[in-house]
Amino acid sequence: MKAYLTRRYRFSASHRLHCEEMSAEENRATYGKCNNPYGHGHNYTLEVTVSGAVDQSTGMVCNLLDLDGFVGREVVSRYDLENLNTVQEFAQIVPTTENLCIEIFEIMQRGFAHAHLETVRLEETLMNSFEYSGNNPTRP
Amino acid sequence: MVYLTRKAEFSASHYYHNPDFTPEENLRTFGKCNNPHGHGHNYTLEVTVKGEVDPRSGFVVDLKQLKEVMHREVLDAMDHRFLNKEVPEFFTRIPTTENLAIAIWQRLETKLEKAKLHRVRVYETPDLFVDFYGEVS
Repeated sequence: MKAYLTRRYRFSASHRLHCEEMSAEENRATYGKCNNPYGHGHNYTLEVTVSGAVDQSTGMVCNLLDLDGFVGREVVSRYDLENLNTVQEFAQIVPTTENLCIEIFEIMQRGFAHAHLETVRLEETLMNSFEYSGNNPTRP
Repeated sequence: MVYLTRKAEFSASHYYHNPDFTPEENLRTFGKCNNPHGHGHNYTLEVTVKGEVDPRSGFVVDLKQLKEVMHREVLDAMDHRFLNKEVPEFFTRIPTTENLAIAIWQRLETKLEKAKLHRVRVYETPDLFVDFYGEVS
């Protein structure tokens, strides 16, 4: 029996949306208030969905201790209470929530081996959310 | 095709234990959830059915019937129960959220008229939920 397990996590971070290749006017026109050079912050909610056969000896798709441990170590502690523009992966790319969502998916895909990574969904605010499933979504 | 989702809530207790494991293995695998006296959750259940809209009634499914089936098959059996001791599926299976979603699917699948069961989603807490679509593997 195949099931999909989703776990939600929270972290808070600041960012500034700014593209070096654009003029100051173009940056302001594109990013509006998000272009403020001092940055601004969000309380992000991260949803990670993994899938797999339910192990009959444990009743689980994967042990939450493994999932929570990995996400806590590799994602939440990496971004929580940081300025995203100062994190290495955003030195060259704009830390939009789209890019952050893809980056988290790739961190999970590189390092999490206990279940199939299905989807990463990131809420920037209660009104905005972004979802990325890579090239291999299996959900019906 | 239109998808319709109905929510329900129930509260139940459970614990995780595999009799084939040693006590140390049980504790390592299940942590605090291995406490034999159990602990509880307020579960939220979402049942999604799919089907074509009936041209006369405008319904995918008779919501009253869906609600009755969910109450009879799930809530009456599981609400305010100790899952390991009172729900037959969990006499042999560990009542994890995964197995709960599978058991609820199995209880509902054959009882629905017209609409086809699409997804059973069970929230154990607002931050943890499992989806089951009836996939065997």
